Amino acid sequence: MKRLRFEFVESFKIAYAQIAANRTRSFLTALGVIIGIVAVTLMGTAIGGINTGFNRSMALLGDDILYVSKHPWASDRDDWEFRNRRDIKSEYAERLQTIIDATPNSELVRAVPTANTFRNVVRGAYQVSNVFTLGTTDEYLDISSLDFRDGRFFNATESRGGRNVCALGCDVADALFPEGGALGQDVTLSNQRFQVIGIFAKQGTFLGLFSFDNQIVIPLAAFKKFFAKKGSDSDVRVKVRSKERMNEARAELGGAMRRVRGLLPDQDDDFAISAQESFKQALEPVKASIALAGLFITGLSLFVGAIGIMNITFVSVRERTREIGTRKALGALRRTILLQFLIEAVSICLLGGFAGLVFSWLLFQGVGAAFPSFPIEFSINLVLVGLLISVATGVVSGFAPAWSASRLDPVAALRYE
Amino acid sequence: MIAESTIATPKAFRAPGPLVIEIAGVTKVYEMGSETIHALRGVSMSIRRNEYLAIMGPSGSGKSTMMNMLGCLDTPTAGKYEFNGKNVATMDDDELADIRNREIGFVFQTFNLLPRSNSLHNVELPLIYAGLPADERRERAIEALENVGLGNRLHHRPNELSGGQRQRVAIARALVNRPSIILADEPTGNLDSRTGEEIMALLEQLYTQGNTIIVVTHEPDIAEHARRVVRLRDGLIESDVANLS
Repeated sequence: MKRLRFEFVESFKIAYAQIAANRTRSFLTALGVIIGIVAVTLMGTAIGGINTGFNRSMALLGDDILYVSKHPWASDRDDWEFRNRRDIKSEYAERLQTIIDATPNSELVRAVPTANTFRNVVRGAYQVSNVFTLGTTDEYLDISSLDFRDGRFFNATESRGGRNVCALGCDVADALFPEGGALGQDVTLSNQRFQVIGIFAKQGTFLGLFSFDNQIVIPLAAFKKFFAKKGSDSDVRVKVRSKERMNEARAELGGAMRRVRGLLPDQDDDFAISAQESFKQALEPVKASIALAGLFITGLSLFVGAIGIMNITFVSVRERTREIGTRKALGALRRTILLQFLIEAVSICLLGGFAGLVFSWLLFQGVGAAFPSFPIEFSINLVLVGLLISVATGVVSGFAPAWSASRLDPVAALRYE
Repeated sequence: MIAESTIATPKAFRAPGPLVIEIAGVTKVYEMGSETIHALRGVSMSIRRNEYLAIMGPSGSGKSTMMNMLGCLDTPTAGKYEFNGKNVATMDDDELADIRNREIGFVFQTFNLLPRSNSLHNVELPLIYAGLPADERRERAIEALENVGLGNRLHHRPNELSGGQRQRVAIARALVNRPSIILADEPTGNLDSRTGEEIMALLEQLYTQGNTIIVVTHEPDIAEHARRVVRLRDGLIESDVANLS
């Protein structure tokens, strides 16, 4: 054991001396690994970034909310199957709530109706087009974790009375009131004046497609008064008691909805229950194929790097055949020689890997500075994986030449010119 | 440094000790392409501790094969080879490496020092393979280098040393693990005659200090230093005589 440790130390010294003596050659060889590691980290980070963005988007939907609607969020079936279903009426929420309250140990907590459409919001000379317009009750506050930058949400009185009050997403508020002071002012929504009573804190976008900061929330009663039927969607959002028991909650909600809809036992559900999980399932294959493509590209560049390492290690063995003979004459075992050249290959790969990581890090700093919203992560795991891959590349590519060196006949090696 | 007077006449002679090497009926056959070469055709000899032996012969006599065999760099095709009572003929590569490390000190014609390592590290190398701890390695390497008169060249690299000094480093490396035999293959072949004489004087000194020395050479002048001369011809021992005059 002790001997093995000395051989390790000796091998590292030799590797260091070799690399120091052949700087250009070592650098050029390491370049292949550098490129490979940059590819690995970029790909890893891109996939990590997609995941992060995805999860951030999912969190906006709420991980403890079930959505009852006509259309499922993700389905491979034709739209006509869903289009002719009966509408999800906002009264359902009340009836669901009654059922929930009457059910002992219900997995559900609160049902809240929502309706939405897209409308232009105007204030004097300022206008924001196609703002996501949400009608709901004051109980919406119970099922979503809304933060306010300013002001408040509408209360039960305003909600029930259908008062013309609204809460604005921060982007809408900033666009309409660039000078600030939106609270208490009026905005115009479909020729109706609404008083701004709250402004949400910044929430971000959903998968980069839909901005939660570009919305206006008004009491459902007011919504129905002004936008009834005309191209609006309504659904019921139900908060569950525990997100660990999502499936039980979903089953219970399904049963309750069948009662509300008055479905007979032989009739299929004519409504859909969705959760953020549905999105995840739909997008998982996309993520997987991105990862697979990334893996392939990465693998290819690493493979090229590995061939370079293998080549240079063969050259190194050839150049130092006599040295190998001498070492063998002095008592080096096969494994001693094997170790020596393996460590040399691994050292070059490690240096390349390290340089690659530094390069990637700089690259990420640049990208991060240029596009602050792009979700990139340079994690310690990435560093560990990068170094691990470097070592593995070194071992795999250095093995064949190191093995051939360890098998050299000492007599022939000593005589080698 | 070595005094010239260590080569004394008549030669100092040390009584041979116990048996170190015993070979009997050793043959070695090479396949060179389609040709079969009988490098050794049945060689028998014994070497005892405290001997100073020269193996001579023209090129093609089997001299090099004999040296590789004695140095455990190669194994015989047939025949018996015992080193300190152990059967070498059937050993595998790593067992041979172990024997070489502990029992044999090599001195090569071309020195075979590691070019990028200093004298100290070159001499330490066999001790690394023997598994000695660093401080002991260093101590023994310094001692060996001082013994060959290079106590002031510890941190010089081979290219900073003269040919004679390089061969001294190689001899120190051969000595450092206290081997049973020192096997020198044309140790003066790459040196001018004056430096060659110095190296031979050093070997003489090592002999008188109690080392067993085998010199393989084709030069009669060099063989003349030995106490026993074995001549090879065509893969056979032609003569094996004492040389005490």
